Amino acid sequence: MADREERKFAELPRDSIKVMAEAIGVDLSDDIAAVLAEDVCYRLREATQNSSQFMRHAKRRKLTVEDFNRALRWSNVEVVCGYGSQDNLPFRSFKDGELFFVEDREINLVDLALATNIPKGCAETMVRVQISYLDGKGNLEPQGTVPAAVQSLTEDLLKYYQQVTRAILGEDQHLMKVALQDLQTNSKIAALLPYFVYVVSGVKSVSHDLEQLNRLLHIVKSLIQNPYLYLGSYIKSLVSSVMYCILEPLAASINPFNDHWTLRDYAAMLLSDILWAHGDLVSGLYHQILLSLQKVLADPVRPLCSHYGAVVGLHALGWKAVERILYPHLSAYWSNLQAVLDDYSVSNAQVKADGHKVYGAILVAVEKLLKMKAQSHAVPAECSASEGRAEREVSPGLSPLQEPLSELGFGFASHILQGGPGVPSEKPVPVPLPTMYNELYDFFGDSLAVRFSTGPGIRHPDGRVTISDRLFQPSDIKKEGCGAGSGNSNVETTRKMPQLTASLSISPRDDGSPKLDPTPQSCSSNSISARSASFHCSSSLPRSKSSSSSRQGQRSAPRDVFQKSRFTHSQATVPHLSFLISGRQMGRRCQGRRFQTSFPRLHPASSSQAARGYAHKLPVIGRMVKPIKRWVCSEYSLHLPL
Amino acid sequence: MAAIPDGPVKSETELEVKPDSVNDIAGNPNVVQGIGGTPKTSPSVAATVASVTPPDITDRQTLLAVLQFLKKNKLLESEETLRKESGLCLDNEEQSGSVDGGSVCATGDAEGSDASLLSRVSGVTSAPAAAAVTGAPVPAKGDDQPDVSVVLSAYSQQGDPALYQVYYSGLKKFIESVLDCHRAELSQVFYPLFVHMYLELVYNQHEAEAKDFFDKFHGDQECYYQDDLRVLSGLTKKEHMKGNETLLDFRTSKFVLRISRDSYQLLKRHLQERQNNQIWNIIQEHLYIDIFDGMPRSKSQIDSMSGSLAGEARREANKAKVFYGLLKEPEIEVPLDDEDEEAENEEGKPKKKKPKKDSLGSKSKKQDPNAPQQNRIPLPELKDSDKLDKIMNMKEATKRIRLGPDSLPSICFYTFLNAYQGLTAVDFTDDSSLIAGGFADSTVRVWSVTPKKLRGVKSAADLSLIDKESDDVLERIMDEKTASESKILYGHSGPVYGTSFSPDRNYLLSCSEDGTVRLWSLQTFTCLVGYKGHNYPVWDTQFSPYGYYFVSGGHDRVARLWATDHYQPLRMFSGHLADVTSTRFHPNCNYVVTGSADRTIRLWDVLTGNCVRILTGHKGPIHSLAFSPNGKFLASGATDGRILLWDIGHGVMIGELKGHTDTIYALKFSRDGEILASGSMDNTVKLWDATKAFDDIETDDFTAATGHITLPENSQDILLGTYVTKSTAVVHVHFTRRNLLLAAGSYNP
Repeated sequence: MADREERKFAELPRDSIKVMAEAIGVDLSDDIAAVLAEDVCYRLREATQNSSQFMRHAKRRKLTVEDFNRALRWSNVEVVCGYGSQDNLPFRSFKDGELFFVEDREINLVDLALATNIPKGCAETMVRVQISYLDGKGNLEPQGTVPAAVQSLTEDLLKYYQQVTRAILGEDQHLMKVALQDLQTNSKIAALLPYFVYVVSGVKSVSHDLEQLNRLLHIVKSLIQNPYLYLGSYIKSLVSSVMYCILEPLAASINPFNDHWTLRDYAAMLLSDILWAHGDLVSGLYHQILLSLQKVLADPVRPLCSHYGAVVGLHALGWKAVERILYPHLSAYWSNLQAVLDDYSVSNAQVKADGHKVYGAILVAVEKLLKMKAQSHAVPAECSASEGRAEREVSPGLSPLQEPLSELGFGFASHILQGGPGVPSEKPVPVPLPTMYNELYDFFGDSLAVRFSTGPGIRHPDGRVTISDRLFQPSDIKKEGCGAGSGNSNVETTRKMPQLTASLSISPRDDGSPKLDPTPQSCSSNSISARSASFHCSSSLPRSKSSSSSRQGQRSAPRDVFQKSRFTHSQATVPHLSFLISGRQMGRRCQGRRFQTSFPRLHPASSSQAARGYAHKLPVIGRMVKPIKRWVCSEYSLHLPL
Repeated sequence: MAAIPDGPVKSETELEVKPDSVNDIAGNPNVVQGIGGTPKTSPSVAATVASVTPPDITDRQTLLAVLQFLKKNKLLESEETLRKESGLCLDNEEQSGSVDGGSVCATGDAEGSDASLLSRVSGVTSAPAAAAVTGAPVPAKGDDQPDVSVVLSAYSQQGDPALYQVYYSGLKKFIESVLDCHRAELSQVFYPLFVHMYLELVYNQHEAEAKDFFDKFHGDQECYYQDDLRVLSGLTKKEHMKGNETLLDFRTSKFVLRISRDSYQLLKRHLQERQNNQIWNIIQEHLYIDIFDGMPRSKSQIDSMSGSLAGEARREANKAKVFYGLLKEPEIEVPLDDEDEEAENEEGKPKKKKPKKDSLGSKSKKQDPNAPQQNRIPLPELKDSDKLDKIMNMKEATKRIRLGPDSLPSICFYTFLNAYQGLTAVDFTDDSSLIAGGFADSTVRVWSVTPKKLRGVKSAADLSLIDKESDDVLERIMDEKTASESKILYGHSGPVYGTSFSPDRNYLLSCSEDGTVRLWSLQTFTCLVGYKGHNYPVWDTQFSPYGYYFVSGGHDRVARLWATDHYQPLRMFSGHLADVTSTRFHPNCNYVVTGSADRTIRLWDVLTGNCVRILTGHKGPIHSLAFSPNGKFLASGATDGRILLWDIGHGVMIGELKGHTDTIYALKFSRDGEILASGSMDNTVKLWDATKAFDDIETDDFTAATGHITLPENSQDILLGTYVTKSTAVVHVHFTRRNLLLAAGSYNP
C-alpha cells in the first residue's frame, strides 16, 4: 500500500526495515518487513502528532527533538538520545550507496576536558521592559512626549543631553555643528527641553565669553526651529536669555576687540524668530519686550551698546515697533548721540566708535520704517515733485512681481521685508510720512537718502536682473513701492532727494559669496546669494556695515571716495553684485560723494587682504581679526568680515 | 497514549464525592440518555415535545436493547424493574403524543425506527451487537475510559464495502439537490458520516476500499476538519485503531448535529426511500441529531458553531442556570477610615468618602440577582493582610484610567532576554509587583518588577533569635542577605507549562510536564506541596480569585479542582474529548472554565461538578480564556487565531474577533472591562473594543433560546490597535490595577 500512496508522509521502505533487522541479527521476510514498515510509519506519524502538542504548549513554532522524545516517553517508548542539540543536524550522503546519515563526529573528551578556552556560558536570563505610550487614538506617541507621571529621564536621554551640551559648548566646531543640527531635528528630546532651557539661561554667567554666548544662542535657535518641540512657557525663559544678550552691557564688550555687536544682532534676530514662530504661546510677550526695550533706550545712563541692542531689538520687532518706540524717542536721543559723535578727543574714540554703531543701527531702522510707511501709503502718496522718471507708467506692470520679490528679498532690502512680521498691513500713521522723512532727514542727511535716491546711472550690465539684484536697484525699488505687500521702495523719498543719484552696477560674475552658507547671517552679508535663508537674519550686518560706511562718508570729509575694493573669488556660483552708489549731496557738510559698496566673497584666503585694507579705514575696529578665522572654521559663525 | 491507568479509580472517588455529576458528563451521552436522561427530561416533554422526541428515539432504542439483553441473560428482576421504569416512559410518550397532535407523526416514526432497530438487533442476535449497546455505556460511565475492543466492535456490522462509495455519493447527490435552505444543514452530516464510514471500512479490513473512499471524498469536508482528517488518513489498519485518540473520541461520543425539523424529515425520507440502511444505521448509532423547529440555519450560522471534535453542543447541555454575577465584596470599613486617618484625623470624613467609592464602580451593596449565594462555595476567611491588599486595590482603583476607544492603555512589554531554555508560561501578581516565568528547563523564575527586592525568610535558628513582640517583626524575619532581583525555583522535572500567583502573593503554583502541580512559598522560595493526580502532562493551572482553591487541566482530559491543603483533588471535571489546554476560574469562584484540544469550551460548576456549558465554534485547540470582570462574558482564543466572545448566561457565542494570524496565548480584559487585550504568537498585542463588541449583539429571547446567532462582521471596527513586537511571541498580558497594560514574552532572535 505504501507503494500506491501518494506521498503524504515520510515513509520507511521495507528495505530499511530489513537492514535494521539484519543489524540486530534478525532475518525478515519481505511480507513481514512490509507490514512492519507500514506500522512503523504509522507509529512515527502518531508520535509526531503527539509531539506537536508539546511544541504548542511550549509556545514555540519549531518542533524539537525534545518534543518528539517527550511524545515517545509518554507512549512508553524509549527516547532517542543524542539529538538534543539546538543546532541543525545536516544530512550527509554516503558516497557509494543511496545512504544518508546525520553527521556524528567523534568528540575527544580529553581535549574537551583540558580545554583552556572555557566558554563563558550564556548570559543570565533577565527581564527588560519597554514601554509604548499610546495616545487616545491608539497611535504610538511619535516622540518622547513622556506623560508627566513617568517623566524621568532615561539613561539614554541623559547621555544624549550630556553629549549634546558638551559638543555645543566644546572646542570641536564640527561636533558643535552636528549637535546643533540634531537638536534642531531630533524628535525625541521633549523631555530634555527644560534642561536645555536651563543651559541657555546660563548666559548670565558667561557674559564675558562671546564664544559661549554665541553657542548658547545657537541652542536657542535650534530649539525654536525644532518642529517637534512645544516650547510652552519655556519661551519666557528663552526670551529673557536672548534679551539679556541683546541689551546687557556684557562683560565681553569691555574689550573693544570683542565683536559683541554681532552677538546682539544675532540675538535680535533670534528674538524676531521667536516672536514670529512662537509669539502666540505667551500672551503679551510682544508688549513686554517692547517695554523693556523702550526702557533701555530711554535710559541715558546705559552704555551705548545697550542702546544699540535696544535699537536692533526694535528693528527686529518690526517697523511698527520702530515707529512706536524709536521714532518718537529719536529727537531726545539724538542730542546725546550727537554729542558722542562730535567729540573728537582721543579718549572718546571708543565711545565714539560705539556711537557710530548706534547711529548705523538707528539709520537702518528708520530707513525701514520709511520704506514700510511709504509702502503702506501706497501709490497715491507718491506725488511730490521730482525728476520723476517713468515710475508711474511702469509700476502697474511691475506690481504683480512684488509679492514673490518680497519673499525672496535679501540684503539691504531684506530687513525691510522681515520687519513687522505680523503687522505690515496696519495703518496707524501718527506722523505723516513727509513730515517723518523730513525730520529724519534732518538727523541723517544723505546717509538716509542713499537708500532712496535714484540716479540715471542704473545699468543692467548683463541685461539680466536677478530677483535680489532688483532689490538693489533704486528704480525697481521705486516701482515696487506701488504695491502693498512688501516694502522695497520709498518713492517719495527718492523724489525728495533729487540731488542724489545712485548708480548700480551689477557684476555679472557668479562668484562673490560663500557657497556654504547655512546661517542667515552670512547670507545677509552676501546678500544676493542666499535666497534660501530666512530674511530676519540679514538685518544686522548690512546694517552695521552700512552704518559704518555711511558714517564714514558723512564724517570723514577728507575721504571723498571709498577705496574701491574688489574681491575676486572663483568658486561661488551665486551671482555677485557689486554695488556702487554715487551721490552728490547738496546738504550740509559734503560736496558730493561716491560710495561703493561691495559684498565680498568672504573667503579669507582671497578676501582678507582687501577686507583688511577696507577695514582699517572704518571707524570700527576690533572686528576684523577673529571673524576671518572663524569663517573658515565654521559655517555657524556669526562673524563676518567686512 | 490515551490509556489512563488510574482513570476508573479516580472516577469512583469522584462518584463518591458527588454522584450527581454522572448525569451531566456530556461526554457519555449514552449514560445520560439511557439512565438518567429520560426521567429527567420527561417533565418537559409536554411543553416541548418536538425537541425531546429525538432523544426519546435513542432512549427507547437503548432501553429495548437493554431489556433484550437482560431477558436473554435471565436477569428477570432487573428486567422487570427496568420495564417498569421504561413503561412509565412509554406512557409519558403516549400522553405527549395525544396532547400534541403534530408530534404523532414523529412518534410514529420513532416507533417505526425502533421496530426496525429492534428487529435488526434481535435479528443479528450476535453478542457483540448487544454488547455494543450495553457495553459502551458501562465503561463510559467511568472516566471517559472506553473499552476499546467493545467500542470498535460496533463497526462489525457491515454492508458490501464496495457500496460505501455508492451510498455516500448517493447521499451527496441528494443533499446537493435539495433546496438551498436545507443544503447547508444537511451538509453537516457529511463529515461524521464520512469519518464513520471510513472507520468501518478500516475496521473491517477493507483497506483498499477505505483508501479509495478517503481519497475520493476527503476533499469535500470542511477545511476546519483538516487536522482530524490528517490523523484519519494516517490510519489505515485495524490495529492502528487501538489507542488512537481521535478515533476513540469519535466512538465514545456521538457527533452532535443541530438540524431543523424540515431538513431532518427530508433526510429521513430520502434514506428510507432508498433503503439506505448503511447510512441510516450510522446516523442512528453514531450521530445525535438535535432537531429544532424553525428556520433552517444558514451556512455561516452553522460554520460559526461547528468545528469541534464532537459537533455542536446539545441545546439542553446549555440550559442550566449559571450564576454569573459577582459575589458581594466583603465590606471593609477599614480602608476608608484608614485612608482618612492618613490624610487627617477627623471624624465624619469616612462618610464623605463612601459615596465616592460607590461612584467609582466598586461593588454595589445590593446582591446581584445573577450572583450565586455568598456561601455557595465556602471561601477562605479574609486575613488582615488580605484586607490591607483590598484597601490598596481600592486606592489604586480610584486612580484607574478609564479606558475606551479614545483612551487606550499604554503598553509595558516585559521581554525575557537570554531565555534560551524556552519560556513557556508567565504570570503577574494582581498588583503587578512580581512576575513569574515557567521555563522548558523545568525551572520557575520569579522576578521583582518593583525596586523592592525578593528576600527569603531567615533560617529557623535565626528566627528563634528574633523578638516576636516587636512591631516590625515581619520585616525582621526577612533575610537581607538573600535579597536579589530574581529567584529560581527548582523542583519540576519537565517543562513548566503554567504558573499562577495566589491573590495574596504568598504562593505560586506551577504545573509541569512531569504531571505534578507544585505549590511554592514566596516567603521561603521553596516548594511546599507537589500535587500528584494528573499523571500526565499538566497544561495549565490557576489559583481561584479568592485563593485556597486552584484548578488544573492536562493531557488526561480531566480538569481537577484542588484546595491547597488537600493532596487529592476535590472535584474532577471530565468530559472533554481531548487534552484540557487551558483553565480559568470565574471571578465569583463558583465556576471553572476549561478549554480543550477537542475545540470546545466547557464551564463547570464547582459545587456540583456538573458541566453547565459546552461552547463550540473554535476550529483549533483553545489556548487562552478570559472572563470579563463582571463575570458575564467569556473570551477565548485558539490556535486558529480567532477570539470568540461568549455570553455565559445564555451560553451563546456573541462575537468573533479576527485579526491574529497565529495562536492566541494570552487574553485579558481591562479592569473595567472596556478593552480586551490579546497576545499572540504572531508577535502582536491587539486591543479590542470590548464594550462595542458586547453592545453590538442583541441577544433577544429567540437567539438566546436557540443559540442560532448571526455574528456581525465587525472585527475591523472593534480592533483598536495592533502593536508589534520585534521578535517576541506574546505569552501573557495583564492589566495593572490602574489599567496599564503589561505584556510579556521571550525574545527569540
